[in-house]
Amino acid sequence: MLASTAERPGDGAPASVQEPAALALTNVACTFVSKDAPGQRYTAVQNVDLRVEAGEFVSVVGPTGCGKSTLLNVAAGLLAPSLGTVDVFGTPLTGLNRRAGYMFQTESLMPWRTALGNVAAGLEFRGVSSREVQAQAEEWLGRVGLSGFGDRYPHQMSGGMRKRASLAQTLVLDPDIILMDEPFSALDIQTRQLMENEVLQLWQAKRKAVLFITHDLDEAIAMSDRVVIMSAGPASHPMGEYVIDIPRPRDVAEIKSTAQFRELHAGIWGVMRAEVLKGYQQQLQKVA
Amino acid sequence: MWQKIKPRAANLLAWQLGLLVFLFLFWDAMTRPGFIPPFMFDNDRQAAFFFGEPIAILQRVWAWFVTDADIYRHLAVTLAETAMAFAIGAGTGLAGGLWLALAPTASALLEPYIKALNSMPRIVLAPIFSVWFGLGMGSKVALGVTLVFFVVFFNVYQGVKEVSPVILANARMLGANQRQLLRHIYLPSATSWVFSSLHTSVGLAFVGAVVGEYLGSSQGVGYLILQAEGTFDINTVMAGILVLTAFALVLDGLVGRIERRLMKWQPKAGEVEKL
Repeated sequence: MLASTAERPGDGAPASVQEPAALALTNVACTFVSKDAPGQRYTAVQNVDLRVEAGEFVSVVGPTGCGKSTLLNVAAGLLAPSLGTVDVFGTPLTGLNRRAGYMFQTESLMPWRTALGNVAAGLEFRGVSSREVQAQAEEWLGRVGLSGFGDRYPHQMSGGMRKRASLAQTLVLDPDIILMDEPFSALDIQTRQLMENEVLQLWQAKRKAVLFITHDLDEAIAMSDRVVIMSAGPASHPMGEYVIDIPRPRDVAEIKSTAQFRELHAGIWGVMRAEVLKGYQQQLQKVA
Repeated sequence: MWQKIKPRAANLLAWQLGLLVFLFLFWDAMTRPGFIPPFMFDNDRQAAFFFGEPIAILQRVWAWFVTDADIYRHLAVTLAETAMAFAIGAGTGLAGGLWLALAPTASALLEPYIKALNSMPRIVLAPIFSVWFGLGMGSKVALGVTLVFFVVFFNVYQGVKEVSPVILANARMLGANQRQLLRHIYLPSATSWVFSSLHTSVGLAFVGAVVGEYLGSSQGVGYLILQAEGTFDINTVMAGILVLTAFALVLDGLVGRIERRLMKWQPKAGEVEKL
């Protein structure tokens, strides 16, 4: 059940080896140069090899400041890596990743558009006819449980509603790859479980490739097919991965009490613990 | 008794009007010849000479608007100058601010010049504009434009620079091209900054028009004031100031209405009702 190695990406899905991965990061490194002092460099990630197969739900966990978000920005094409290549369904990525949808950690809705206008934005940018835009946006608002709230502006919605609107905004474009950067970290625990279940249901229906960044190990295990553990920064890299073979469909609240879940949690935490402490120690030193 | 009439939201307007009436009565009492013994001036008439008499001033305003009805021509000129100065200044300010905020090279190149132009006291340009554009409306509009442009320009520049990077990245991931980013992200985000500057810039357009008229013209409210000052007719000068103030308030109110319509997406304080 436990397949814990750093050397075997794609483990547990041998049938998909011939097909190109939805997303493949090969030997990626990202070094940031300080704008004020060009001599100061910071290598956020290094030697990163990461594959996400089509239809696979992969979570990346790691201590704070380990460059998880950097990886996601590289996958989205918002950030060009200093070294290494990114392949999307077998083609090298240049510029923005047009096949990916990105759900940001912080508020990303346009405050001057209503919920409906925000969900419709992507379709409008693509030049879809306005009747079609209206219909699809309405449908997705309904799917995330916001029908009837279409004319609300973001400041009139709660945090959970804004996240739902963000989710609809990303998914209405039907992207082949969904990138999520700690999307629920700002929500309270109950809303969070609801949202996690909703995302799982939507994913179950469409089976897109998902790269999910989180610092919450429970969330990662409950939702994913595979959990990748990052080492503490700087120059962090994947240092182990676990295949989560808990049968689907899952209920994130219920499976947390199963023996299988606890066993996986203990195993992964055993690997992660030292890195979390290391990351924490580094942050303390930075402050001092 | 006091509990019933003390100022609160419901009777605020009555209080504001009452204060205005009180100020006029106070003014009248202090300037009416012979009403109180002179304590600052040598004789009874000097207070009225220096500060004007409210009754005479209101009669003057009445004559302008009703009996003689000869102010409309001047008012129309001043308001037209204000409107043109505002429209041209705000338009060029918006375009310039957007352009420089999105073109880092041009912005770096022009930065010292813009700083110099902004810190220059631009009112002194008025005589030059009179020479360039003559004594007609052109020179007044030009003066107003130089005043309005920089206020709008700096606000738009700031507004575009402070667009949330997450909202920007999100729009790019949703497939917005450069033009769509400008239309759907930069412009709406800059408008909130523009509106905060509109109240100031409408006022400045007005200042440009009146100061321009005051420095040399043949029509406009500023011209009326200049003429009256030449004959020491303090009542007419005061009447002109009153009319200008009233119209500045009206313009400000108009801007406020447009702002509320366009900015309804912005959170307002106090949306909670107490039961």
